[in-house]
Amino acid sequence: MLTVLAVVVNHFHFKNKKTNMSKYTEDDLREELKTKEYEYGFFTDIESETFPIGLNEDIVLAISKKKEEPEWMTQWRLDAFKVWKEMTEPDWANVNYEKPDFQAIAYYSAPVAIDPNKTLDDVDPDLLAMYKKLGISVDEQKKMNNVAMDIVVDSVSVATTFKKTLSEKGIIFMSISEAIKEHPELVKKYMGTIVPTTDNYYAALNSAVFSDGSFCYIPKGVKCPMELSTYFRINQGGTGQFERTLLIADEGSYVSYLEGCTAPSRDENQLHAAVVELIAMDDAEIKYSTVQNWYPGNAEGKGGVYNFVTKRGLCEKNAKISWTQVETGSAVTWKYPSCILKGDNAVGEFYSIAVTNNYQQADTGTKMIHLGKNTKSTIISKGISAGKSQNSYRGLVQIGSRATNARNFSQCDSLLMGNECGAHTFPYIEAKNKTAKVEHEATTSKIGEDQIFYCNQRGIDTEKAIALIVNGFSKDVLNKLPMEFAVEAQKLLEISLEGSVG
Amino acid sequence: MLKINNLHASVEDKGILKGINLEVKPGEVHAIMGPNGSGKSTLASVIAGKEEYEVTEGNILLEGEDIEELGAEERAHKGVFLSFQYPVEIPGVSVTNFMKTAINETRKAKGLEDMPAKDMLKMIREKSELLEIDRKFLSRSLNEGFSGGEKKRNEIFQMAMLEPKLAILDETDSGLDIDALRIVSNGVNKLKSKDNAVIVITHYQRLLDYIVPDFVHVLLDGKIVKSGGAELAHELEAKGYDWIKEEVSAEH
Ligand SMILES: Nc1ncnc2c1ncn2[C@@H]1O[C@H](COP(=O)(O)OP(=O)(O)OP(=O)(O)O)[C@@H](O)[C@H]1O
Ligand SMILES: [Mg+2]
Repeated sequence: MLTVLAVVVNHFHFKNKKTNMSKYTEDDLREELKTKEYEYGFFTDIESETFPIGLNEDIVLAISKKKEEPEWMTQWRLDAFKVWKEMTEPDWANVNYEKPDFQAIAYYSAPVAIDPNKTLDDVDPDLLAMYKKLGISVDEQKKMNNVAMDIVVDSVSVATTFKKTLSEKGIIFMSISEAIKEHPELVKKYMGTIVPTTDNYYAALNSAVFSDGSFCYIPKGVKCPMELSTYFRINQGGTGQFERTLLIADEGSYVSYLEGCTAPSRDENQLHAAVVELIAMDDAEIKYSTVQNWYPGNAEGKGGVYNFVTKRGLCEKNAKISWTQVETGSAVTWKYPSCILKGDNAVGEFYSIAVTNNYQQADTGTKMIHLGKNTKSTIISKGISAGKSQNSYRGLVQIGSRATNARNFSQCDSLLMGNECGAHTFPYIEAKNKTAKVEHEATTSKIGEDQIFYCNQRGIDTEKAIALIVNGFSKDVLNKLPMEFAVEAQKLLEISLEGSVG
Repeated sequence: MLKINNLHASVEDKGILKGINLEVKPGEVHAIMGPNGSGKSTLASVIAGKEEYEVTEGNILLEGEDIEELGAEERAHKGVFLSFQYPVEIPGVSVTNFMKTAINETRKAKGLEDMPAKDMLKMIREKSELLEIDRKFLSRSLNEGFSGGEKKRNEIFQMAMLEPKLAILDETDSGLDIDALRIVSNGVNKLKSKDNAVIVITHYQRLLDYIVPDFVHVLLDGKIVKSGGAELAHELEAKGYDWIKEEVSAEH
């Protein structure tokens, strides 16, 4: 199986620029008015092969063999599989779904091969309409629907150029499969240290059968000069199912990592169980941004992806990890990107927008585990619910006994559209140190008819009005995203709420 | 420009407008006055196309076309603008972004491309100067935390940006301080031309000293019961509404 890792680089000089209100200059104004444009490239290799369905030791072995993994990796998978077999699927989240039949899934299935006879006319017109809205080129549309096309070559060379720039700085950025072969010492040392195989049901499953994912190492003192991103474009048909990401920022280094699909990948897979592990060593900083728009199921609640993800980062002394996520897809989402603030003065941040529409269910939030002194965490969660969906924020702030002067600020805002959806907030606070300060704020609001009429009166139709209001509501989080991601996220918000009113 | 014939409108089966007749020609300024609850804002909302109100009888013609079937945004695209009595807040959406969206959506409806950023910038600069609006104000969330007067001034800024054919100003003067009233009125006057028209809803003669109306109408219990020239407003200021109420009941 070849890699589905795509390297995309942005020539943006993105600085976390938040307009300073007091000095709203002509430049700021101009900036705000500018139509933002972005471009992206990618490469992908396609090969098709599918293993029989079901999960047993032989399948685990076969996956490992197929990937030509070393013995230690094979054993690691087998151990994880043993653990998984003994576990039961958790059911504490505020979601209701039919549990997947783990024996009815193919654990290694390469993407559907290009069908030379297929044309865009064979593709679902709804899907095409959506692509058009996102401004996706015809070539890309073909690509996303396994229609033969010819832009690959170009992108491969683009990706290679970037790889060179990175390697000059000593940065390792490759698929995890490659890393297992090329940098076994790093993978062996760190994989599973943040999310142990025994951590939870889905993490154990992932550890046994992970198909691919990304590996990244930033050496000491290196500021990664570009945003690193993995775009699982079309091939995720099989391989995206169990991604595994490991990102190590060595002392004093910095990296901004983007994860997501730049396009609405209509993935029909039932189950995604990814694991992401981040390690920020002393004085290092990792920004990890995600835009997730897996298939949410149709308007009647049929189909859609179950997205059960374990994401966790470890901060050593003075280190910082920011998770920013925009979740618009999946039928069921179960996801709590977390920070273990182990070192003194470590900082953890979680900025999240979760949109649910129709029958989608999301139970998402974060865990901030304060262990070191003077550790700080910020949580900003924006939940938007429409249709008959259920949107829950679940957050844990834990202050250890040694964590003197730990601080947390949490803000959870919910925006409701219509009367049939639900928003829920479950904040858990466990403080074992009296000097800790934990603040929690929560608001719930509803899009009012008066707001919509006001927009209508200014010539803005209802759909656009909702998008505008939702974007305004989400602004604090959108501002945290790299610019091209923010533009995309805005479009996604708009699309995922389409038809939610009226 | 605007012709309203025997307009009846109700909300939740409660009749509010009970037979309005009004004709507004290009270049004219009409003032509508009347006691609280007489239906002034309702009339404005019905013209602007608020769905909550049901038109039960009569019709509204905009440049000869019956607009009954048009949604509020389509009426806006045709040049109807309402300066709200109570502008709503839209948190997180800056005035600039809101105006940009409104202008471009209107252009889109007309089959035009987005306005180039440079032109938009120029326009914002001009119009904010016209209304003496501080630039940093434009970066704030729409109406959020705006003072009463700031909201009204911002409504007129939007009017200036959108250059409507028919502007309805619903108690734009309330909340404005003396200087602001002058600035805003001057702004409105500068935007006036022989091709557009303005309907001002107000309780006070004061505003009409600045924006001089060609006609003044008195709305009472859902009907226009008296119309006259600018002098009618002075009379109302001096005498209140009782004499008109008496006149009306004497007729019945
Ligand atoms: N949505 C509604 N539901 C119920 N009653 C309404 C509604 N809108 C207006 N009304 C009623 O219709 C009448 C006219 O209201 P309107 O706001 O048009 O008065 P107005 O002339 O603008 O008054 P003011 O001078 O106080 O602004 C009032 O009695 C008001 O309570
Ligand atoms: Mg009123």
